[in-house]
Amino acid sequence: MKIDQFKTRSKVRTISDHLVTSLAVIATALVVTPLVAIFIYLVYKGASSLNFAFFTQVPKPVGEPGGGMANAILGSGILLGLASCIGVPIGISGGIYLAEFGRGTKLANAVRFTADVLNGVPSIVMGVAIYALIVNPQKHYSAFSGGVALGIMMIPTVCRTTEEMLLMVPHAVREAALGLGVPNWRSVLSITLKTASPGVITGCMLAFARVAGETAPLIFTALGNQFWSTSLNQPIAALPLQIYVYAISPYDDWHRLAWAGALVLIILIVLAVSLVRYVTSRGVLKGAS
Amino acid sequence: MVLCAFSIFGIVILIAWQLILRSQLAWDKFGMSFFYQVFTDSYTQQKLYWDPVNEHFSALPFVFGTLVSSFLALLLAVPLAVGLAIFLTEMCPRALRGPLAFLTELLAAIPSVIYGLWAVFVLVPLLREHVNPLLIRSLGWTGLFGDDNPTGLGFVAAGVILAIMILPIISSLTREVMTAVPHSQREAVLALGATRWEMIRMAVLRNARIGIVGAIILGLGRALGETMAVTMVIGNSPEIHHSLLANGSTMASVIANEYAEASADMHLSALTEIGLALFIVTIIVNALAQLLVWAVTRGAPRQAH
Amino acid sequence: MGVGIEVINLNAWYGTNHTLQDINLNIPANHATALIGPSGCGKSTFVRCINRMHETNPIARVKGTVRIGDLDIYEDAKPVEIRRRVGMVFQRPNPFPTMSIYDNVAAGLKLNGFSNRRALDEIVEKSLKNSALWDEVKDELKKKSGASLSGGQQQRLCIARALAVDPEVLLMDEPASALDPVSTSKIEDLIFQLKSKYTIVIVTHNMQQAARVAEKTGFFLNGRMVEFDSTHKIFTNPSDKRTEDYITGRFG
Repeated sequence: MKIDQFKTRSKVRTISDHLVTSLAVIATALVVTPLVAIFIYLVYKGASSLNFAFFTQVPKPVGEPGGGMANAILGSGILLGLASCIGVPIGISGGIYLAEFGRGTKLANAVRFTADVLNGVPSIVMGVAIYALIVNPQKHYSAFSGGVALGIMMIPTVCRTTEEMLLMVPHAVREAALGLGVPNWRSVLSITLKTASPGVITGCMLAFARVAGETAPLIFTALGNQFWSTSLNQPIAALPLQIYVYAISPYDDWHRLAWAGALVLIILIVLAVSLVRYVTSRGVLKGAS
Repeated sequence: MVLCAFSIFGIVILIAWQLILRSQLAWDKFGMSFFYQVFTDSYTQQKLYWDPVNEHFSALPFVFGTLVSSFLALLLAVPLAVGLAIFLTEMCPRALRGPLAFLTELLAAIPSVIYGLWAVFVLVPLLREHVNPLLIRSLGWTGLFGDDNPTGLGFVAAGVILAIMILPIISSLTREVMTAVPHSQREAVLALGATRWEMIRMAVLRNARIGIVGAIILGLGRALGETMAVTMVIGNSPEIHHSLLANGSTMASVIANEYAEASADMHLSALTEIGLALFIVTIIVNALAQLLVWAVTRGAPRQAH
Repeated sequence: MGVGIEVINLNAWYGTNHTLQDINLNIPANHATALIGPSGCGKSTFVRCINRMHETNPIARVKGTVRIGDLDIYEDAKPVEIRRRVGMVFQRPNPFPTMSIYDNVAAGLKLNGFSNRRALDEIVEKSLKNSALWDEVKDELKKKSGASLSGGQQQRLCIARALAVDPEVLLMDEPASALDPVSTSKIEDLIFQLKSKYTIVIVTHNMQQAARVAEKTGFFLNGRMVEFDSTHKIFTNPSDKRTEDYITGRFG
């Protein structure tokens, strides 16, 4: 067998092949670099400002050194708690409806589409809408309005992941429940839901982590607060919001606090995402088999 | 159960309704020209777009800013995202794939405000000291890189940070549609004597191209609505310049900056109308993207990595 | 014109699975050779070692010698070059769905830099005629996509695509197993006509098919080649008991 007459092009083809491989590797390196750079810089800048005071004190007036973001951490906690009360039930119910009762119907498709629309709404627009719906009639900013905004933003993620996790429950499990003579939809649901629960919980965690870092919807709903506050009816501080305000301020002390806050926030989010990945790769499959 | 599902409808309808209601004032006064009219400052005879004091409201600079920053971001992000996707699906050694995919996922999870923080303190000085002067020197003749804004803020800064932010989405989705291409297609091309790049080009990219376009459009959708990071680095000036290094504003950033302090009804209404426009545009763009991606992945089962 | 294939001490692995063990055989030029055996016996792996497709799997490994004509394909040539000269038709038809019929057939040629329009037209027509598809598609060459054809037509399109680059060897991995009986017999007729021009190796689990189209047959079992002889002998008077058991249906 002879190597053929097309050899003239083979050099070009080989070179193109190697070239593309190099480009792909370069692209990968360029993508990984900012990520690593951001993380390293965050740790470098934030770690030095992280101390006990950060977690226990409220911000000091400008010019006085020290202080912390305790109020912002608490505020975020309160806001996220409220958000979960809204986002989780509605999202899970929506997901159950899509997976169990409405599967394949036009209505279900419409619900799914609507959830996707909700997901795509820019967070700032959500803030505007909530301002109009709650802040304006109440004539004051409040933690309540911020929590509602965040809660609504959680719904699509929770709904989608719940539906996906429920659909992953093998048919055998449902058939076993039916075979036991359990016709009541509620019982069937509790078996299926229980099987899928690790996945559903991870979905909630994912949504939680996502809204934990949201700033835009809070700018004119929760507004932010320099002082300690636990009331739902007053403006409240939030970690990402505080980071934003401090970052664009002209004071070095506040910049330091911003970095520290960013470090805390990113650690929480990385933990959440890693946990989600860990559970998804093991938990659901284990639970279902 | 069904009630909760219906509440999702209700929420979206409520949002849309409120946005329409509150922008009524500005809509009644300006109509469609709200988005393109140009005013003239009575003192300086300069072009004027956004003057809350004199009730001159034109959204043109913000539409311009949104489009320019988003397309600049796409220009930077798409080649990198597709390159990353190609590397991860077709070239990456198995051991590296998991960690790299996880890293990309982390990139997607970083909140916008942290990107903004990093951009303000690291990216902008970098641009100011090193990159922008280089751009002015080498590409200033195009007219796109003027030298009257030495702050490092502006469209280039916004474009770069936006590119970093939309990269993970475009890349993940591209990977998904590339993986959905059946193995038999790859083998068919290889058996004809193709090199690896030729195989990727003919079997994978060609078959997945509709989905890749969908991924890019989804990235665009995300870029259009992105607020915090952009607000922190774009300079917040309601003007239109031909220089990419100039300060500007986007639809999202002007709302973020002015909404809390706006007191006049017309001002608030104008801002709400901008919000409404953003709402409608992102719905359309996202719906289009979903359609394209769905068309490609519909047959193939979801594959985990 | 086809060339002969010489296989010497071929071993292949998938990870730790020793899929092929010490295979030795000589496949004659311009003949059709059938490879039979139960599922998982290694016949597909063997065939994929001939055009170096086996190694596209990251956990695959090959040791031994395969000579096509006078060329040692593992020592003296690159995979891309080999696959250009050895055509392959797969079990399930895999035409390119985004390309027209014409472009499907021309795909291999275009990869190699063929751009002369008229020459391409000629080769496409010749290949489609050789795969008995020309009459059915000649009016819609550029309008219909490769995937819009029926299963049997798609497989003949894949054969045309493989023939277009003028290979010397044609490997067919159970080419008719996914097709209906009518299409199957069309493919078999095709092989009959093609074998005078190419060296054909066909993997099949259908013994009647082997008997119909091939002059020589090899029986594979558990990664080893048990017997390789003229088809007639294998099916009427096999030397090895295992071959006889398989032929008579005692297992597999």
